[in-house]
Amino acid sequence: MSWQLGIEHLRDLARGAAILGTGGGGDPMIGRLLVEQAIREYGPVTVLDPDELDDDAFVIPTAQMGAPTVIVEKIPRGSEPVGALRALERRLGRTADATMPIECGGINSMIPLLVAARTGLPVVDADGMGRAFPELQMETFSVYGVPGSPMAIAGEHDETVVIDTGADNRQMEWLARGITIRLGGVAHIAEYSMTGAEVKRTAVPRTLSLGLSLGRAVRLARESHSDPVEAVRAALAPTLYNHLRVLFRGKVVDVERRTVEGFARGRARFTSYDGVCTLELRFQNENLVAEVDGSVVCTVPDLICVLEGDTAEPITTEGLRYGQRVTVVGISTPELMRTPEALAVFGPSCFGLEVEFEPVERRGDLVST
Amino acid sequence: MRIGIDVGGTNTDAVLLEGNTVLAANKSATSQDVTAGIIDTLDRLQAERSFDPGQVQAVMIGTTHFINALVEARRLAPTAALRLGLPATASLPPLVDWPQRLVDAVSGRSYLAHGGHEFDGRHIAELDEDELRRHAADMVAHGIRSVAISSVFSPVSNEFELRAAEILRSELGDDVAISLSHEIGRIGLLERENATIVNAALRELAASIVDGLAGAVAGHGIAAPLYLSQNDGTLMDVDFARRYPVATFASGPTNSMRGAALLSGLDTCAVVDVGGTTSDVGVLTHGFPREATTEVDVAGVRTNFRMPDVLSIGIGGGSLVASGTDNDVVTVGPRSVGYRLTEEALVFGGTTLTATDVAVAAGRAEIGSADAVAGLDPTLVKAALARVAADIADAVERMRTSPEPLPVVAVGGGSILLPDDLPGSLAVHRPDHFAVANAIGAAIAQVGGEVDRVYAIDPGRRDAVVDEARQEAVDRAVAAGADPAQVRIVDFDEVPIPYLPGNATRIRCKAVGDLRLGQS
Repeated sequence: MSWQLGIEHLRDLARGAAILGTGGGGDPMIGRLLVEQAIREYGPVTVLDPDELDDDAFVIPTAQMGAPTVIVEKIPRGSEPVGALRALERRLGRTADATMPIECGGINSMIPLLVAARTGLPVVDADGMGRAFPELQMETFSVYGVPGSPMAIAGEHDETVVIDTGADNRQMEWLARGITIRLGGVAHIAEYSMTGAEVKRTAVPRTLSLGLSLGRAVRLARESHSDPVEAVRAALAPTLYNHLRVLFRGKVVDVERRTVEGFARGRARFTSYDGVCTLELRFQNENLVAEVDGSVVCTVPDLICVLEGDTAEPITTEGLRYGQRVTVVGISTPELMRTPEALAVFGPSCFGLEVEFEPVERRGDLVST
Repeated sequence: MRIGIDVGGTNTDAVLLEGNTVLAANKSATSQDVTAGIIDTLDRLQAERSFDPGQVQAVMIGTTHFINALVEARRLAPTAALRLGLPATASLPPLVDWPQRLVDAVSGRSYLAHGGHEFDGRHIAELDEDELRRHAADMVAHGIRSVAISSVFSPVSNEFELRAAEILRSELGDDVAISLSHEIGRIGLLERENATIVNAALRELAASIVDGLAGAVAGHGIAAPLYLSQNDGTLMDVDFARRYPVATFASGPTNSMRGAALLSGLDTCAVVDVGGTTSDVGVLTHGFPREATTEVDVAGVRTNFRMPDVLSIGIGGGSLVASGTDNDVVTVGPRSVGYRLTEEALVFGGTTLTATDVAVAAGRAEIGSADAVAGLDPTLVKAALARVAADIADAVERMRTSPEPLPVVAVGGGSILLPDDLPGSLAVHRPDHFAVANAIGAAIAQVGGEVDRVYAIDPGRRDAVVDEARQEAVDRAVAAGADPAQVRIVDFDEVPIPYLPGNATRIRCKAVGDLRLGQS
């Protein structure tokens, strides 16, 4: 059923979206402030369940791309993502009936809400990543045949660029990345336009409400002094992400980062409190693979989330530092993110990892930590 | 010799130091009248240990006046916040996330204008001088007396903030104070801007407080320069303090830690301040506290002040001790009798078993009546003290920044709870004079300079860029009054930024050195 999303939901959603960001996705904080201000000005946002969409409804997803470090300094004008959506409507000669996230992890959980508040369009409770990923082609939309093109990009001077690379989503990503740099390191985009029927077929459903319920579960657990990780597990149980596995409890003993081809790559090492076991985490903006004492325990696209030990506050790869006490959890992703077609687009090999994907819930027993 | 004074909300501490030796020290209640309070403090020092005011080389003062003024929302100037960044940033204008009460207290008005830079130094838009003049006219019409100017990516280029300040000054005259964000904060527009607005609102109060402090010191016949301590444990001179009062915000905890470290002769250590209800644990590396990486919320305003990272846990001298039936499973805290310790603790004739009672029973301290706790079960006493030691050791462990063992300096009235060695073979040091550690921390403070900027690092040029950043930090420290022969880099951090070309890397670098003291 459709529901109204107001200011009171945003803190929980931001926290939940940071968990779904699986170490990356950009800090949803600025996004939350943007949406808060927009809702104050324009009123609450209507969220539609994908099942409520007419098959011939027209949906244009909206998002932000670029460097999270830039967004905390160069705050958007606010009109850019709407500008991108309108530019795509002009190009296609068709107006949108709704917008939708392409990415439910991190700041991109918020941008479609900004668009929805400003335009009065509803936002569809679904996305195309089911988490955060670093590149635009890493979408279930593209996996199941909805092309990203044509794509519109907008900057704060009302300038727009439309990219059309046909079915080649990688080339779209490549060109858009260059334009984003010219626009100052951050740009707002509209892409993967599709029908209601295509949303139902290709999107990861109910990921906005998932973020909201994860964030709320953590908050309520803290308020009642119960275990927030168990609260997250309980919140996940009735969803498509229904397995949570505690991979490790311990502390950060080493973090190493470097920039390779524009991405923040690196690794972090954790040791268990008794000093016996070691977890090694490799990341490229988002967490990619976790190994305990040399055995892989979880890989992309399943979620690897580093949570602060006491509060379960998600810690980003940028925020990792020596001495932090953490709980590392693996969360299973929906089946449509684990098919051979999906793994060919955002499986381990797409990140240069020589590891086979195996669902986190089916990996061998963990050393108890 | 030098004098350190810490003016807290409740107490004022003062010390007279020769080198690192404490010649005289005292503690008194903070008075309403700043000037009178300092005069009184100096008189007490003089009474304790007669000194020639002409021999004093420097006076350092740490104060909570400014943070208290913000928290209490009083004596704040009517303030305008001008941001250069249009057409970007319009969605979240200045003051947008401030509590209304505080916006009212500063009669806050917010203005957006064209300008700002991209991460790589390009202009977002050119400055529009007519637009700035129109804003200035509106500020005059609304009785604005202080202005905060922020510009997008001003830590990369301060060009527009400087130019806008010139224009506003020509329109508003010299009586209106102007605060520039690139001089106050680091990357993160809203947080830096907030700190700048807070600073602007405090400028009038800063002028009056600084005049009062300077007058009191001069009135005592001391001609030596006066410095105020900053959040990060470094000093600023009086002129700087007039312009940047916000930089004094968190000097209290920093001074306390640094003072304790000096007293113990350690410059890399954990400082554990055990009070009545909580213990605060901070870590010093080469004499400076580790800074908190999270945003700091002051009076409901989010800022990125350089604040020390302090972990508080609920163990203190007044903590309640509770036990299970067999007396070997005990809890200590977080509930505490707090300031009622001297009525409620067993050793003071009360009926509540506190951590202090246990310490007295174990012979760690002589407080109140030892007879009152003579009958406590030794198993319980042992278990309670072991619990305290384990929890404090755990807090120290959490704060450690490297695997090397870290000595612990214990200060505060509740430090009697600690053994001489904590679990994990951490030696515990207990310095003298710890009651005036804040004033000592102020007196020994050094002068610093900092760089926090995004650099594009061309292949093979990393070392050159790093050297450039280090040199700039050193130059800034020297410009602020550090002895060039003494300046060294105390903090260096390099974080690559994803999704930007040219190996964009954020470099933060801090240099500090001893204050260049005049011979007198």
